[in-house]
Formats: sequence, structure tokens, C-alpha cells
Amino acid sequence: MSAAPLAMTEATESGQLSRRTKPSTTSDRLFEYASRGSALIVLVLLAGIMLSMVIGGWPAFRQFGVGFLTSSVWDTQSDQYGAWPAIAGTLTTAAIAMIVGIPLSLGIAIFLTQLAPAWMKRPVSTAVELLAAVPSIIYGMWGLFVFVPLVGAYVQTPVSKIVEGLPLVGTILYARAPSGLGVLTAGLILAFMITPFIASITRDMLDQIPSVLRESAYGVGCTTWEVVRHVLLPQAGVSIIGATMLGLGRALGETMAVTFVIGNANRLSASVFDPGSTIASRVANEFNEALGMQLSALIALGCILFFVTFVVLCCARLLVARVGKI
Amino acid sequence: MKPMNFLAAAGFLAASAISASAADITGAGATFPFPLYAKWAEAYKASANIGLNYQSIGSGGGIRQIKAKTVDFGASDMPLKGDELKTDGLIQFPSAMGGIVPAINVQGVGAGGLKLTGAVLADIYLGKITKWNDKAIAGLNSGVTLPDAAINVVYRSDGSGTSFVWTDYLSRVSDEWKSKIGANTSVSWPVGVGGKGNEGVSASVKQVPNSIGYVEYAYAKQNKLAFALVANKDGKYPAPENKAFQAAAANADWNAAPGFGIILNNQPGDEAWPITSATFILIRKDGDAAKNQAALKFFDWAYSNGDKIATDLDYVPLPTNVKAAIRQTWGQELKFTH
Amino acid sequence: MQADQPLYVAKPFVSRVRPSRRASDRALKILSMLFTALGIFVLFWILGMLLVKGVSALSIDVFTKITPGPGTEGGGLANPLIGSIVLTALGMLIATPIGVLAGTYLAEYGKASKIADVIRFINDILLSAPSILIGLFVYTLLVAPFGGYSGWAGGVALAIIALPVIVRTTEDMMRLVPGQLREAGAALGAPPSVVIRHVTWRAARAGMLTGVLLAMARIAGETAPLLFTALNNNFWFEPSLMGGVSNLPVTIYQFASAPYDNWQALAWAGSLIITFAILGLSIATRLILSKGH
Repeated sequence: MSAAPLAMTEATESGQLSRRTKPSTTSDRLFEYASRGSALIVLVLLAGIMLSMVIGGWPAFRQFGVGFLTSSVWDTQSDQYGAWPAIAGTLTTAAIAMIVGIPLSLGIAIFLTQLAPAWMKRPVSTAVELLAAVPSIIYGMWGLFVFVPLVGAYVQTPVSKIVEGLPLVGTILYARAPSGLGVLTAGLILAFMITPFIASITRDMLDQIPSVLRESAYGVGCTTWEVVRHVLLPQAGVSIIGATMLGLGRALGETMAVTFVIGNANRLSASVFDPGSTIASRVANEFNEALGMQLSALIALGCILFFVTFVVLCCARLLVARVGKI
Repeated sequence: MKPMNFLAAAGFLAASAISASAADITGAGATFPFPLYAKWAEAYKASANIGLNYQSIGSGGGIRQIKAKTVDFGASDMPLKGDELKTDGLIQFPSAMGGIVPAINVQGVGAGGLKLTGAVLADIYLGKITKWNDKAIAGLNSGVTLPDAAINVVYRSDGSGTSFVWTDYLSRVSDEWKSKIGANTSVSWPVGVGGKGNEGVSASVKQVPNSIGYVEYAYAKQNKLAFALVANKDGKYPAPENKAFQAAAANADWNAAPGFGIILNNQPGDEAWPITSATFILIRKDGDAAKNQAALKFFDWAYSNGDKIATDLDYVPLPTNVKAAIRQTWGQELKFTH
Repeated sequence: MQADQPLYVAKPFVSRVRPSRRASDRALKILSMLFTALGIFVLFWILGMLLVKGVSALSIDVFTKITPGPGTEGGGLANPLIGSIVLTALGMLIATPIGVLAGTYLAEYGKASKIADVIRFINDILLSAPSILIGLFVYTLLVAPFGGYSGWAGGVALAIIALPVIVRTTEDMMRLVPGQLREAGAALGAPPSVVIRHVTWRAARAGMLTGVLLAMARIAGETAPLLFTALNNNFWFEPSLMGGVSNLPVTIYQFASAPYDNWQALAWAGSLIITFAILGLSIATRLILSKGH
């Protein structure tokens, strides 16, 4: 690359090319500045998002201090706001999504890379990627109209009947009113949403492992399970953890699908069958009507979400070797 | 859809988009009067060729948007108090009245097929009555078969004037409600799931078996939802319809509060529906003069021509003398000429 | 089949695999197949549901009539459809030049420099940032100061979501262009910017296009950021894009969570249109890529 400008300057001395090259050096420099400036916009955007959250949420942080994170009061009458129920809902739904989603995604990735016959790989891969492209509002509608009634009738109602009065499970798995809506339902919808996403990244990771390693393991008589367990996971394990963290980042910040099915309750409950809210669903629900301190509290919630996802995504990106997947 | 058809449709759309009237009025807020405003807007568009873009985001949203100057008018079923109107430089006036009904979804129970008292409603919403066949409910409804099922309580997840009217009513009939929860556009609900807007509550009640929610009557009627009758102050169970809402408003003193801010809950009278409310419009004194005039023109037109539309949806038009008083206020405060 | 028969019977005896090993292996295989089947089942369930509920609601009116009021029969989705096309186009118009140039910087100028590494990393973070936070950011940037929702704010919010996708794909695709091509261009005395524009971009054209299509698929169904920026409009929006602009995702959200049968039918029709448009874009990107390689 550096040879070109050199050639240019020599050419200008001869004077012959100068008329054609002079603007070209200017345009050359302009082009470089334009692309550098565009690249810097990426940094400016992230800084801007961070700043706007901190500045907008500052009044709430200053007013409630650390108590903002631990308080469960969300009361517009007395202008008292606490983030804990929303934080807890966010963490619970994301945890459910991970517990269900990780085995599912690993299973799909292993099937695609180790077990699927050649003719099946492409269509199944395509299906998984299409599933990842379905917009979240569609998951929300499917959740509300198809999934919620099923959960209400076939999960919440029978399980509640069984566990009623038992210690611990009688609390965690008991639905006061089995509507089908609730934290568990939201977590399951999130699991369905992030599974194809994690699965397709993991598939790419597993595909990148040199096949000679696999072949030789099979050659010495290993079963698929052993190949996965002793060859693939040690090789790609760190990247797979990164991939799941990318999925976690998505689950933490998902809005529409959750808002449809979580039941939008502003209180803490020990039961995953009870309605709740997440940071994102709370902001979506209340932002257009909030004034003053409530508005600041909502942006402060957004700020918390930003920093949690920022940390998660940073870890994820440090663990994931860059693959050609988004 | 053939590509040529699609192109033709796209061309048609582009043309109609460009011809969109540029003088549309924007409003946002209460979901309680939304069915009425939508019908008024349709008729007004046909007669004056001016559209009304009304976003039904809840009264809390309406109050916030007019204060933040993002709309020409805000709408709320909770009347703002005089000092609040003063500090924010707002003019408040009612547009119509309506009733709120407890919509229910209980197998085998039709519209008006269940009787409840205010105290029982408060206990359901406090989470003290949890089953449909609870003695308190069964005692009021001999002859009605009630399921042994948990009650799914539905409330409003957004800041809502309908919630304010509902919680104000519950505060009037239940001391426990008054001391524990109180009346506001959003309260700390002890049980239940939240739905966004009257729309969301109606949809949840429609979808979730064994549920109860509170909605403006037009929503129950338009969507064929079953509802419960509520005992009024005189212990009678009037059907929620125009004359019952009118009876509740019969002895209202419109001048008792600034901005016509009256509450019509739990009014005396055999015929009176116990949970009735007016719905209000908020306009900025310092708003764009032309836009204020356009918004007032719309309501002026609705007062003159919209009564039948309102009655058809079971909203109650304002009495003639109140309309005259409101127009007078417009003239004084906003220089509006009829 | 016949020839396989004895082998098939003999296998357990020949195999020196211990039963416990075989069991765990079988469990893995069965579970993997089961999970994959479940995933595909969910996809067809969602698509099937959209087809069943959406197709019956589709009619020419959906494309030519504007949204009906609550409890009103008829009407269509003309205003949100056009509004969504306008907002998506606006988002892409803002994001594409910036994204392509930024990706070019990373691939050609920044390369392994510290700043380029930082930008790459931050871009990857932006790629997965919760879209509702982008909505909040644009609200404080463009809605609150200017006193009103607008299509411009909506377009900018969508652009911020599209940008990192374009940056990343552009860089990846330009890096695939072999160095000899660039050297050949430089040897002819062409300055770097000319080489980039006429050689590298040309060679990476198809790949860069996939980035743009992917970004479009990404923003076409975004709802959360529009709630605080473009909001919605029950009528035709103003051509100046000031004030609320009707759009498909928010309309679907409002209509789906309302009790009116007519609205719900339109929500399904809108979902069908939006989902198949997005899936079409995804499939198109795959086709372009598979042709290129």
C-alpha cells in the first residue's frame, strides 16, 4: 500500500501527471478521513448511549443511592422507586432461558456437525438460522396466543395441584392463579429465541476444529459421546461459553417477546409461575407516561441493563474467537 | 400477490401518502374514550377533511405527553387538581362520560349473569377472595353454578385513568383498600397480571379463563365480553347502560372543582351505575395557537354533532349547559370563537 | 439390506464398547436428534401459525386501506406498511454509507492497529446491545429536545441497529479479497482510495450486499426502539416525517394486544408479511453467499 503514494510523488515532479494526481491525492486523503471518521462514529455511539443513560438516570441514583438496587418499592404516588423486582425478573428469566437453551443449542450443534447425514446438514442449518431471524414480536405473539394457554392448562394447573403445600417447591412452582402468563413462560420463550442463535455460532465453532483430530479419535474407537466430551469440548469449550454468553446478552435485553407473556406485575414473587417484569418490559410499559423522577428511575433501570449486558458481552467477545457469524 | 399488482398498490399508496392532510391534530392519552374518539375522528375526517391521530397510551401517558409538549392535546379520565393545572398552564374540560364494568370470563356466566358488591370486588383485588366459588360470591348468586377455580385478576399495567376511577371506587366501598392501596392511576396491586390499556385488559380477560378485569363499557360491549353487575349505593343492581350512567351523573356539581374535575363514583339513586366517570381533555395555554384552535374545533364539532355516536357506543354526552360553560371557558382562556 | 443384516447382528458382539459407554453415546445421539427435531418443529409451528391465521386475513384491502379504528370493521395496513418501508429505507440510507466506510477503514487502513481493534470490539458490543436501549438513547437525543416523536428519530434508531451489522460484514468480506488484486491496482499507479473503490469493493460487492440485506432483515421487525421514537400514527403520516409515523411492528404490537377480532386478524396479516419479508431477505443473503463461494 505504501508504495502507491511514493509513486505518486515521483509522478508529480515530472509534472506530466500532476493535474490528474493532485486532486486524487486530496480525494485520497478525504476518502481516508471519511472512512476513519465513520469508524469513529461507532465509538461515539457507544459512548453516547452510555452517557445518556448515566446522565438520565443520575437523579434517581442520587436520590435513592444503593437502595435503588435493593428496594422493591415502585410507587408513583410517593415517587419512590426501587429496581430490585425488575432486576430479579431479568435475572430469573435469563437464567431459565440459559438452563433450557444451552443443552438445546449444544444438542443441535452436535447433531449438525457430528451426526447429520450430508443431505440433511444444509436444510437443517437453514431452518435453524431462519428461526434465529424471526423477529421478537412474532415470538411474543406466538407465545401469547399459542404457548400461554398451553402452559396455563398443562403445566401451571397440574403442577400447582401436585406441589400445593409442599415445602420449597410448593412455593417456587405454585401458581396462585394459573393464567399461563408468568416468569417461567417468559423464560421459555427466551430459550426458544436464543437457542437457534447460540446453536448456529456453536456449529461454526465445532466446524472450525481440524477434522484430523476427530478422525483420529474415531479411529481409535471412540464413541461420538467421547469425541464430543474429550476432543470437541476441550478444543472449542471457551468459544462455546462465549457463544452462550452472547445468547445471555440477548436474553437479558429482550423486550417485546417478554412484554407479551410475563404478566407485567411490579412485585416480587417466589414463584416462577407468578407474573413479574424485567427491566426491558418495565421500560417498554412505562416510558411513554413517565415524568420527573419516574422517568429518571426508568432510565436508571436502562443504565443498569446497559452495564450488565456490557459486561456480559465484553466477556463473550473476549472468549469467542471471531467467526464469520453474527 | 403478483409483482405487478404489488407495484400498482405501492404506487397507489405512495400517491395517497403524499396527499395526506398536513393539518392533522395529534392527541394521546386515555384508552377509556378511545373507541369514541376514533369514531368521532372518522366522522370529522369525512366532514372537515382533518384527521385526528390519537394514540391510546393511557391517561398517565396523556398527562405526560401534554406536559412534555409532544401532542396538541392530552386525555385523562383522572381530573387534574387546580394547582397542577395552574403550574403547568393547562386548560381542562370533559368530553363525555362513561361507565366501567368488571368484565369476566367464567364458563357458563353471561353478560350481567353475576352479581357482586363493591366490598367483594375489593376483596378479590386484595387477593383475599381467591376462588370463584368462594362463599362471598356464591352468597350473592344463588342459582349460578360457579367453578372451583382460581380467580385470575387483571389490572392495568400502565398509568391509567380507568385504574384511578376503579381504585377510587374501591376506596369508597372498602376501608382496607383505602388504607392499604389507595386511589391513583397506578397503584401497588397485591395480586394479578397487568394488561396495557383498556385494550390489553379486555384482551387478557377474553383470553384467560376464569379472569376478571375492569374496562370501559364500550370495550365489553364491542368485544362481547361478559360482565358482572355491581351493587350501587342504594343496594340495587342496575344494568350498565346509558341511562344508568346518566343517572350517576344526574346530580353532579360540575362547578365544584376547577377544570370541571368531578368524580361520579358511588352516586345515590336506584338507577345509578356505581362506577361512572367523565373523561377529560388537557390543552396547553402556551401551545401553538393554530393547533389549539384546530383541536378545540374538533371538540366543538363533537359537542354539536357527536352525541349520537357517543350514545351508540354507550358513552354519555355532556349536558347542554355544561357544553355551554366549556365553550365559554374556551372563549375566555384560549380566545376560541364558536 | 440383506447384506447388512449379519453385520448388524454381529455388531454388539464385535464391538468392544462397554455398555456404559454405549449408553452415554446413545443418549447423546438421541437427545441431539430430539433437540434438533424440536427446534425445527417450533419453526414450522410458528410459520404454520402465521400462515393459518395470516393468509385468511390477507386481502387486497390490507395493502390499500388504512388502519381501522377500534371496533371498526374493514380497513387495512397501508399506512403502517408504507411507514415501515420509509423508516427502514431511512435507517438503511443513514447506516449503509457510514457502515461501509467504517468497515473499509477496519479492513484497509486500521488493520491491526490498536484503535481498529478497539473499534472492532465496540462494534461487536453494539451488535448485540439491547435494542430498547438504542430507543432510549435516541429519545434523549432526538425526541425530548425537539419536543415530539418523529420518523427521523425512528430512522436514526434503526440506523444505529443496522450500522454494526454492515460494519462487520463489510470488513469480513473485504478481508476475503486476495492481496494480489490490490497490488495489481497499486502497480498501475492507482492511489489507495481508487484501488479500494474500484478493485476491493468490486471484488467484495456480493458479500457487502449480504451485509446490507442482513441489516435490513435485522431492523425490519424491530419494535422496541420505535416505541419511543416514531411511536405510531392511525392515519397517513406527514411526508416531512415530523410527528408520529405509522409502522408495522408497533401496529402489530397494539393490534395483537387488543381484544378486537378485526385488529387481531390484521396483526396476523402484518406478522405474516413482516416475517416472510425477513425470511426472504435471510434466504437471499444465503443464496448470494453460496454463489460467491
